[in-house]
Amino acid sequence: MDPSPQSPPTKKRKMATSTSTSTAAPAVVEEHQFPLPPILTHPSAAPPTLITQGAEGRLYKTTFFSPDIPCALKYRPPKPYRHPVLDARLTKARLAFEAKVLERCRREGVPVPAVYAQNAAAGWIAVEWIEGAPVRVKINEWLGQRPKNEEEERSAAEQDQGPLIELMKRIGAAIAGLHRTGVVHGDLTTSNMMLRPHTKKTTTTTTSEQTNGVSKEEENAKLLEGDVVIIDFGLANQSQSDEDRATDLYVLERAFASTHPRAENLFEHLLESYKQSFKKGASVLHKLEDVRMRGRKRSMIG
Amino acid sequence: MPDAKGRRIALGCEGSANKLGIGIIAHDPITGEALVLSNVRDTFVSPPGTGFLPKDTARHHRAYFVRVAKKALALSGVSISEIDCICYTKGPGMGGPLTSVAVGARTLALLWGKELVGVNHCVGHIEMGRAITGASNPVVLYVSGGNTQVIAYAEQRYRIFGETLDIAVGNCLDRFARTLEISNDPAPGYNIEQLAKQGGRVLLDLPYAVKGMDCSFSGILGRADDLAAQMKAGEPGPDGEPFTPADLCFSLQETVFAMLVEITERAMAHVGSNQVLIVGGVGCNERLQEMMGAMAAERGGSVYATDERFCIDNGIMIAHAGLLAYETGFRTPLDESTCTQRFRTDEVFVKWRD
Repeated sequence: MDPSPQSPPTKKRKMATSTSTSTAAPAVVEEHQFPLPPILTHPSAAPPTLITQGAEGRLYKTTFFSPDIPCALKYRPPKPYRHPVLDARLTKARLAFEAKVLERCRREGVPVPAVYAQNAAAGWIAVEWIEGAPVRVKINEWLGQRPKNEEEERSAAEQDQGPLIELMKRIGAAIAGLHRTGVVHGDLTTSNMMLRPHTKKTTTTTTSEQTNGVSKEEENAKLLEGDVVIIDFGLANQSQSDEDRATDLYVLERAFASTHPRAENLFEHLLESYKQSFKKGASVLHKLEDVRMRGRKRSMIG
Repeated sequence: MPDAKGRRIALGCEGSANKLGIGIIAHDPITGEALVLSNVRDTFVSPPGTGFLPKDTARHHRAYFVRVAKKALALSGVSISEIDCICYTKGPGMGGPLTSVAVGARTLALLWGKELVGVNHCVGHIEMGRAITGASNPVVLYVSGGNTQVIAYAEQRYRIFGETLDIAVGNCLDRFARTLEISNDPAPGYNIEQLAKQGGRVLLDLPYAVKGMDCSFSGILGRADDLAAQMKAGEPGPDGEPFTPADLCFSLQETVFAMLVEITERAMAHVGSNQVLIVGGVGCNERLQEMMGAMAAERGGSVYATDERFCIDNGIMIAHAGLLAYETGFRTPLDESTCTQRFRTDEVFVKWRD
C-alpha cells in the first residue's frame, strides 16, 4: 500500500506502509462548532455555552425557567457510527434511566443534581448546575504541588496527605450513599464527581488581607474542601447485588489508578470509608476481591 | 553490533496463538527510522466448526519454525553476524505455542551467540502500530482473539483504562463463526466481516454490555447462539420475516463494534486525546475502522489503523518492541528466558518513551 498522503506531521518513525484514514486535527472542545440541539435554539438572554464534549454527548451551560437559574443541559446527539435502530434504543433507554435514577437519589437524600426537565426521544435532559470542579482536576492540582521526586515524596508527603485522604473518605461515603439507595453508577471516575465548594461558611476569607495571611499550606488544604457530588448517570442502573456494586468500585479503582498513578495507594482509604458508611459494605468489598481476580487472572491470548 | 550503515538489527519470533511469525527489523539511530526487512508468517488453520487447540498449534509452530526463520533471513538480505538480538514473545498467550517459539528463539540465540529480549505481546502490537501509522500518543484499542483493552500511555507505562470483563471480542466472533460453521481460512473474523456485508436488512436485538470503560461479550455470544439455533429451526425474526446467517453476522458486528467505539470514545474524553490507534487482529476489520473513524472525526481527531501484515500477530512487532527495549539496555538472560500465559500490558516498564 502507498504511504498515505495525509499522514500526520508528527511522524517519528517513518515507514512505507500507512493506512491512517484521516488527518490529525486541532482540539475540539473550545470551539462552538456543533449545531445546537433544537431545545437550545430558542432565543434566550444568555447564549448557551458548550462546556464539554464527553463520550456520551455534549454538555451545555444554560439557564432554566429564569435567567438567574443556571442549568446543565446534556444533549446526546445521534452517534453517526452506530446503527440508527441501536442508537435510538440506547439513547432513549439511557436518558430515561438517568432521569429515573437521579429522581430516586434526590428522594433518598443523596447529593446529585436535580432534574429540571427531560425529553428522552429528543435526546436531552436538563439538570441542576453544580458549582466547583471535577474531583480529577482538584486531585491533579493537589498532586501537582507535591514534590515529584519519589523519595522526597515518601519522607515529606506522608504526614501531609491528610486532606487528600479526607477527600478519599468523602468519596467513599458518597458512593456508599448511592449504593444504599439501590443505584449503581456504571461509570465511576474522578471526572464524574464534582467537588462543590461549601457555601457561605468561609465568608471571612474573601478579604484580601486574610488571603495574604493564609499560608500556602492552608491554601493547599482548602483545595480539596467541598462536598462530593456524583454526576453523569448516563450508564446508571438500579441494582442491589454485591456483584454490581463491586463492579462499580472496580471500575473506579482502575480509572483512579490510571488517572492518578501517584495517589493509587490512597484508594484503600476510599474503600475503608465505603465499608464504614454502608451496612453491606463488607460483603461488597469481599465481592470486589472476586471481581479483581477475574480481571487480573483472565487468560489473555493474543 | 550495528551493521555497515550503523543500523541496529533485531529478529523477532512470535507464536502466542495460531500464527507463527518471524520478522527482521532495522532501526537507524540517526533518523529514528524503523525499516521492515522481512515479515514472514505461517498460520495454523483448523477445520470449520473447530478452534485451534494448544497442542496442535504448538506442534505446528515447532514444525514450521526452521523454515519460517530461514525464509525471513533470506528475504531480509542481512547476514547472521549483522543481527544484534533475538526477540521473542514472553506472553501473554497460549502456553504450548509460546513455549515452542521460546525454545526456537533460545536455540537461535545460542547458535548464533546473540542476546535474548523477551517482549510483551500487547506492547509489541502498540509499538508496531505507532511506528507504522506515526500516531505519536494515541488512545489504543487493542482487539484480538485473546485481548480487548483500551490503553493510554502515562508515566512510563501503557495503562489499561478499559477492558473486557469476560471473553475477548475476537473470541466472541471466532466462536460465533464456529456456531455458524464458517471457514477459519484465512480467519473466522474475516469471513464474518464478508458475510456481514450481505446482511443489514434487519438489526437483530442483542444485549449491549458496557460498564464504564469496560465491556462484556459472553452474554452477547450466548444470545447470538440462541438466535442462530432459532434460525436453523426456521423461526422468523422480530419482523416476522426469516433471517439469515448474514443478518446475524451483521447484527453481531454492529453491536460489539458500537460497544468498542463507545468505550474508546469514553477513554478519549477521559484523557483528553483525539487520536485513536486500533491494533490486534480484529483491528483489520474495515467496518470497525469505519465506525471508529466516524467517532474520531466527530471529535475532531483521527483514527490510525494498519493492515493485516501488522494488525494480525507477526514477528516484526516483536522485533520492533524488543529492539526498542534493547536500545535502552534491556536484556533477558538465558536462564530467565521463560514465557508466561498471563502478562499484563501495564507490567512493562516503558523506558524508551518520555
